[in-house]
Amino acid sequence: MTLNNISSNETAKNIKIKKRITNGIINEDKNGLSNCETAKSCPKPILNGTVPKNKKEGSSKVALFTAMKTYVKFHILMFLDYINQIFSRKVVPEKQRKLPTQNGTAHNVKVSKESFEQPALHTALMTYLGFYILMFLGYINQFFFAPKVAREKNREGYVPLYDNFEKFYLWYVYRRVRDCWNRPITSVPGAMVTVKERVTPDYGWTFVFTGREIPSLNLGSYNYLGFAESHSKCADDSIDTLHKYGWATCSSRHELGTNNLHVELEQLTARFLGVEAAITFGMGFATNSLNLPTLVSDGCLVMSDEKNHASLILGLRLSGALIRVFKHNNMKHLEKLLREAIVNGQPKTGKPWEKILIVVEGVYSMEGSIVKLPEVIALKKMYKAYLYVDEAHSIGALGPHGRGVVDYWGCDPQDIDVFMGTFTKSFGSAGGYIAGSKELIDHIRVHSHAACYASSMSPPVAQQIITSMKIIMGEDGTNEGINRIRQLKHNTRYFRKRLHQMGVIIYGNEDSPVVPLLVYLFSKIGGVVRGLAARKIATVGVGFPATPLMEGRIRFCLSAAHTKEQLDYALEQIDDIANELGLKYSQKPRCPRPIIYGSDDDLDATD
Amino acid sequence: MTAMSFVFIPFTFIFNDVASIYVYLQIMLALLILWIIFKKKDPNGKCKLTQEEEAELISKWQPFPLVKPAPKSHRGYDKRVTEGKIGKYINVNGINCLNLSSHDFLGLNEEKIIESSAIESIRKYGIGSCGPRGFFGTVDVHLELEERLAKFMDLEEAVVYAYGFSTISSAIPAYAKRGDVIFVDEEVNFAIQKGLDASRSEIKYFKHNDMKDLEELLLKQAQLDSKNTKKAARTRRFLVIEGIYMKTGRLCNLPELVSLSKKYKLRIFVDESISFGTLGKNGKGVTEHFNIPVTDVDLIMTSLEMAAASVGGFCVGSSFIVEHQRLSGLGYCFSASLPPLLTTAAIKALDILENRHELIDELQNVCCTFHQYLLKSDIIMNCFTLIGDDISPIKHLRLRNNGNNVQDLGSIISKCEHMNLAITDTAYLDIEKKTPIPSIKLAINRLLTNDDLIRVINILEKAVC
Repeated sequence: MTLNNISSNETAKNIKIKKRITNGIINEDKNGLSNCETAKSCPKPILNGTVPKNKKEGSSKVALFTAMKTYVKFHILMFLDYINQIFSRKVVPEKQRKLPTQNGTAHNVKVSKESFEQPALHTALMTYLGFYILMFLGYINQFFFAPKVAREKNREGYVPLYDNFEKFYLWYVYRRVRDCWNRPITSVPGAMVTVKERVTPDYGWTFVFTGREIPSLNLGSYNYLGFAESHSKCADDSIDTLHKYGWATCSSRHELGTNNLHVELEQLTARFLGVEAAITFGMGFATNSLNLPTLVSDGCLVMSDEKNHASLILGLRLSGALIRVFKHNNMKHLEKLLREAIVNGQPKTGKPWEKILIVVEGVYSMEGSIVKLPEVIALKKMYKAYLYVDEAHSIGALGPHGRGVVDYWGCDPQDIDVFMGTFTKSFGSAGGYIAGSKELIDHIRVHSHAACYASSMSPPVAQQIITSMKIIMGEDGTNEGINRIRQLKHNTRYFRKRLHQMGVIIYGNEDSPVVPLLVYLFSKIGGVVRGLAARKIATVGVGFPATPLMEGRIRFCLSAAHTKEQLDYALEQIDDIANELGLKYSQKPRCPRPIIYGSDDDLDATD
Repeated sequence: MTAMSFVFIPFTFIFNDVASIYVYLQIMLALLILWIIFKKKDPNGKCKLTQEEEAELISKWQPFPLVKPAPKSHRGYDKRVTEGKIGKYINVNGINCLNLSSHDFLGLNEEKIIESSAIESIRKYGIGSCGPRGFFGTVDVHLELEERLAKFMDLEEAVVYAYGFSTISSAIPAYAKRGDVIFVDEEVNFAIQKGLDASRSEIKYFKHNDMKDLEELLLKQAQLDSKNTKKAARTRRFLVIEGIYMKTGRLCNLPELVSLSKKYKLRIFVDESISFGTLGKNGKGVTEHFNIPVTDVDLIMTSLEMAAASVGGFCVGSSFIVEHQRLSGLGYCFSASLPPLLTTAAIKALDILENRHELIDELQNVCCTFHQYLLKSDIIMNCFTLIGDDISPIKHLRLRNNGNNVQDLGSIISKCEHMNLAITDTAYLDIEKKTPIPSIKLAINRLLTNDDLIRVINILEKAVC
């Protein structure tokens, strides 16, 4: 499921990026594929065995020192922020300010209004400085205190299991904001969600539940169309199915794991997308990682967007194809790479490529941007490449009929070779699909790793998708589906415009329900998430290593289930926090008029 | 700003003091070095093509079709569609059959208590969790399941994944990286093979359950290590095995594997997908079966899609090891979490495992009895070789003659289906590491009575004739 980049992720690639950064080489190649070798050869940044073992914990001296350290650290950070604020007010003259980068591109179909405003230079400097201070404090911390973590027993003489730097980052940098993630919930992840309160008695090493349950406004779950419900037609149908079919199939599709619900779901999905055939799988992540190897192999070339999700990258890596990474949504760069690739052929041998596959996502879940599909299709046709679109976040959430990014741009579904998507988000269920021509789907049915070895989709989970998809298509005989799509669109536009007006920097397309709010400094991620949690708003922050070091952000996911009043409450609180923490980095002119909810309805002929 | 100027002042001093020609020389030298480096990196090192030549090349290039035409008939085309509940009986293509094909060994799919708690779960949490574990996808039932699993296995910590296949293929590359060495049984299942691929470590396969072969490999590795001790000090060594092998139905030789691991300092990862809930007195798997302390094994990876009759999987071990996956297991971090209703179903299944030990006894009895029945039947044994240990709930029947294997199997299976017995041949892809031998896979269910077993044998005998 294309939930890009969890900030807490210490994946192999992230570690590598980290290593590079500690060595002073800043490289934003997020896919981390082309540069693996260089990363591996980097010297390890810390000395082995500096962790003192078995230090007494909890002695008063240590406690005093920790307190002092926290105090000093806090002041340093405050001081930095103070300087930062002074700079942002006085030093940067008007002419030096970067113009807002409006990547608007004209189309016969639609104009994409996407923005990636860059902050002022000093913000960037401060972010780096702030991070280095965090790292520096981490080193000091490591020198004096043993981490409160489990140690390995009975494995003397074994080669250590983990990298030292990996653990250092985890224990002394990430731990400080560890409470911002993995917060357990105990209800439906709908418009409101009940979060279990927990506290940490020891600066993030451990957590204790207080027993309180806090109902919060949910701006963190991928519940775009609001189908995460416990008392609705979807839930009722699923319960009926549970009675009839049970909850598990205990077999794979190639053995005896196919039941008539799967067949119905696949036919429905194909109809929904306007293609010939579809196949479904029990997990979205696996849909990418276990099916891409059936499409490309050694001798093929893949053009992958730099912000592509981990599951795509894993699938491509397993396939053995050569991967070239193009800059995020940058069609010029993609074209340049395509030209070069075809002209030069395969490296070393110079043989022509067997095939070229362009892999993009519909909505990028960390950037909030929407793929420039018409341009990608034009390039694909010009260079005879194939196109794989991962619609994990866009299916249901985009387009006047909720049929994803193709519907949004008004493109022809026949122009896309492989549709992929997940049912986790807009459909409030689990699993994924691949759709396209009958020939393609037959190929995948026969060769897919997941169809052959992994268990098939659980029946109630499949039923939830069938019911919700029928509602979106209007086949239940009501307007509920179209109303939800419209509500989501209004919510998205309203929320984004209000944030713009507030003066914070947000990334992405005006129609994308994923709204990343840039806070830059590492410590501010923690600050905002905690602040909003205290105001009963559940959000997630994402920071290094999941994003570039510079671009720590808070991500809001909007839903059709949110009402205007709920959004207003959230906006009010965000404004408050933005003032408190100094998040209003935007240098764009702000709209002076009040934003009216649902006002731009008539602007869109497609709606 | 003043701080800035302090940094820059010394630089200007340097430039003033040194003769400027020297500085220029240095810069030229640096440029020359850069030029040499980049010149080498140029892909072909040829002269540049003109626009027209490029355009011609591009127009000439013809890609292969995206996919090759798929075979006309294949098991993947939903030829056998089931309907309704899967338990002791299964409805295949409208025929009600006795079920020897689903991996629901303990028959938990028929437990009413699981069904009712799954419904309660839907009413409380909805269907999907709408997020990964990091982003509000951690529901309290996930934490409960993890805690319960760790307690059940007498280990410190467990981590739950949303899919059985991804559990195993994510857990291995979370630890093993490029430069490490992994010793693997050649008959491991496909999920492990994909995990090994993703790790990019050096893989050394030993013959199936052949301890001598493994020891030879280990000795060779030890010799290599002694030549380059520096490298050896950084090379992690792993041993990846299955409790009961999916492809052969045989148990691993755990006592010997453990002693070899201790001797050569390997970390053992065991895939207990089949053995969890089926081996040992309490269903704790292969360690309990061989009476080996569970801490001797480094990591246990298990699918919940078999005896536990749910979806998903988990890894269990010491906190030191398992905790790492919460940030490094790709399938854990980047995937939406397991739907709460399936998590609840797994918790209830665990309840049953804990409170009703007799289920495991019953299953083991059925497995052993059936094994004896198969061996006793001359007609079946004339036609097939029986692969697998008697206690294993998975048994493979391989045709003795090496003729038209797959089609023969297919006709036997469809004959059985018409006589109300659902069995399946093992599904393999042709990209398996070791070319698999086609076989009929029999999955034994605890609910089969003695009469049922005799019926199965009779049907099989008839189908073979």
